[in-house]
Amino acid sequence: MRDVSPDKLKAVLMLLPSIILIALFVYGFIANTFWISLTDWGGVAALAETPVKNFVGLQNYAELFTGFLGGGFRQDLVNAVYYSVMLLVGAIGLGVFIAILLDCKPKGEDIFRTIFLYPMALSFIVTGTIWRWMLAPQGGVNLLPTFVGGNPLTFRWLTSMQAIWEFNWQNLFLIALYGLAVGMILIGFGTFRKNPARAGKRWLLPGVLAGLLTWLGGDLLPQALFMEETHGFNLAALGIILATIWQYSGYTMALYLAGFTGISQDLRDAAMLDGASDIRYYRHVALPMVKPITISAVIILSHISLKMFDLIFAMTGPDNAETGHPALTMYLTTFRANDFAKGAAIAIVLFMVAATFIIPYLVSNYRQKGSR
Amino acid sequence: MTGKLSIGSFFLYGTLILLALAYLLPAYMTVVTALKLPENISLPTSWELPNPIDGGGFSEAVALLKPNFINSILLTVFATILSTVLGSINGYVFSKWKFRGSEVVFILFLFGMFIPYQVILIPLFQTLRAINLYGGLPGLILAHVVYGLPITTLIFRNFYTQIPDALMESAMLDNAGFFSIYKEIVFPLSIPGFVVTSIWQFTQIWNEFLWGITLTRHTANPITVGLAQLAGGQAVSWNLPMAGSILAAVPVLLIYILLGRYFIRGLLAGSVKE
Repeated sequence: MRDVSPDKLKAVLMLLPSIILIALFVYGFIANTFWISLTDWGGVAALAETPVKNFVGLQNYAELFTGFLGGGFRQDLVNAVYYSVMLLVGAIGLGVFIAILLDCKPKGEDIFRTIFLYPMALSFIVTGTIWRWMLAPQGGVNLLPTFVGGNPLTFRWLTSMQAIWEFNWQNLFLIALYGLAVGMILIGFGTFRKNPARAGKRWLLPGVLAGLLTWLGGDLLPQALFMEETHGFNLAALGIILATIWQYSGYTMALYLAGFTGISQDLRDAAMLDGASDIRYYRHVALPMVKPITISAVIILSHISLKMFDLIFAMTGPDNAETGHPALTMYLTTFRANDFAKGAAIAIVLFMVAATFIIPYLVSNYRQKGSR
Repeated sequence: MTGKLSIGSFFLYGTLILLALAYLLPAYMTVVTALKLPENISLPTSWELPNPIDGGGFSEAVALLKPNFINSILLTVFATILSTVLGSINGYVFSKWKFRGSEVVFILFLFGMFIPYQVILIPLFQTLRAINLYGGLPGLILAHVVYGLPITTLIFRNFYTQIPDALMESAMLDNAGFFSIYKEIVFPLSIPGFVVTSIWQFTQIWNEFLWGITLTRHTANPITVGLAQLAGGQAVSWNLPMAGSILAAVPVLLIYILLGRYFIRGLLAGSVKE
C-alpha cells in the first residue's frame, strides 16, 4: 500500500459531501421507493406523521400489469412505447436531414442554426402551452393548408378518440416473441454483408427458429391477462409527438452537426475523389463515423420520452387518458390520489425501463475509457 | 462545380428557408396572440396580425406571474451557483486527483443524471417534509443542487482533462498542494467551464416543472408552475397564457441568443463523451 499523500486525502474529503449526497439522494432514495412499492402505503391517512405501511410483496405490480383497474396504466405503457419510437424516428430523421443541409455550409448558417435550436431553450410548459393553441381544432396548424389554396384540416390533434395499430394485451407474450424473432432476422440481414457466416449463425437461424417455434407453440403460451383488452396508438398523441419533435430535432441537429464538422475535410475530399456523391458520402462515410453520436441521441431521446410529464401536463391536462403516460400517472397516483405505494411501483417500472438502456450505455463508455 | 451549385443551392436554400419558417411559426403565433384583445381572438383568425395591438395580456400576465418570476430568479441563481461550484471541485478531483475507484464513483455519479426523477420523488418529498424544507424555495434549491451534481461534475471533469498534467506536476514540484493548484492554475483556466456549466444549469432549473409542482406550496411556485396554472383553466382567453409563455421564455431565450455558443457546448457536453 502506497502512502496516502495529505493532498490526496484533501481531494477525497472535498469530494465526500457530494458522494454522500449522491449515495443518499440517488441510490438510497431509489431503494426507498422500491421498498415503498412493496407496501400498501396509501389512502386517507397517507400523509400522516407516521403513515401505516404494511408489506404486501409484489401485489402493486401484479395489479398494474394484470389487475382489472390497471388497464389505464397498461395503455400508458403502450403510449410511452409509441412516443419513444416516433420521437426517435422523427427527431433523429429531421435532425440528420437539417444537419446535412447545414453541413453544406450555406450562407447564414449561424442564423439557421439559431432558429432550429431555439425551441430547445424553452421549458416543456411553454412549448405545451403554445402548441395547445397551435393545435386547436379550428385554428393554427389545421388552417395552414388554406394558405396554399387547400381546405382546412379537421383533425382533432389532442382530443381525437381514434386509435390505430391495436392489439390484444392477452397476446403480449406472443407479440413479444414474434417481435424478438423479427428483430433478430433484421439484425441478421443488416450484418449479412459484413460477415455472412456469423450473421447466419448468430441471428438469422435463431431468428427463424424462434419465429417458427412461436408459430407452432404459440397457443401453449399463457395469456398475459384474464380478459380481452385492446390497446393501440391513440391518435391524440400525434400532437404531443409533433411538439416534442419541434423542440428536440434542433438538438439532434446540433449533435450531428458537431459530429460532421469533426470529420476531416481530407476524408471528405478523398471520398469525393473516389466518385462518391453527396448522398453516398453521408450514407457510407459520415453517418457510420458518427455512430457514437447516434447512440447518444437514442439514449438521450429515449430518456426524455420516459419523462414526458411536463409536456403532456401542459398540452392535454392531467386527466386525459387518451394521451396518458406512466410519468404523469405516477404523479397523479401519488400526489392527487395519495396512493403512494402504487405511485412508487409505477416509478420503479419507469426506472427499470430506463436502467435497461442507461446501464449498458454507461458501462460501455466506461470500458472504452479504461482500454484507452 | 459551379454549375451543380446553382440548382443544388436553390434547393438547399429553399428547403432551409421553408424549415426555418416552420420552426418560427409557433413563435409568431405566440406573439400575435399575446398582443390581441381578448374579443379579437378566435380560432379561424388565429394567424392574423393583431389589430389593434393591445398590451393588456402582458400587463395581466406580469401582474399574475410576478411572484413566480421572482421565485424562479431566486431559485435559479442560488441553485446554479451552488451546483456549479460543487461541480467544479468534483470535476477537479475526478480529473486531476484520481484515487482508487474514482472512475467507478464517477460512473455512479453519472447514473444520477439518467434516472427518471419520478423514482426519487416520494422519498425526496418525505425527506424534505421531515427536515422542514418542504413547501419553500430552500428545499427546491437543495433538490436542484443535488441532482445537478452529475452534469456539472461531468462538464468540469471533461473540461479539466484538457489541462495538461505537466502543468500539475511542475506545480507540485514547487510544493503547491490541492488547494493552491486549484486556486493558482485550475480556477483561472476554468472561466469558460463556469460559463458553460452555469448557463446549462440556469436553463435546466428555470425550465423545470416536476419538482416545482410537487415540492413547493403556492407562495413558492416557480414560473413554470405559475404558467401551467395560468394556462390550465378552460375559460381563459388565449392572450394571457401566450403573454405568460413569453415571460417564462424570455430569460432563457436571451441567454440562448446572447451566449448561444456556450449553450451548445453545454448541450453537447451532456451527451457526447469527451
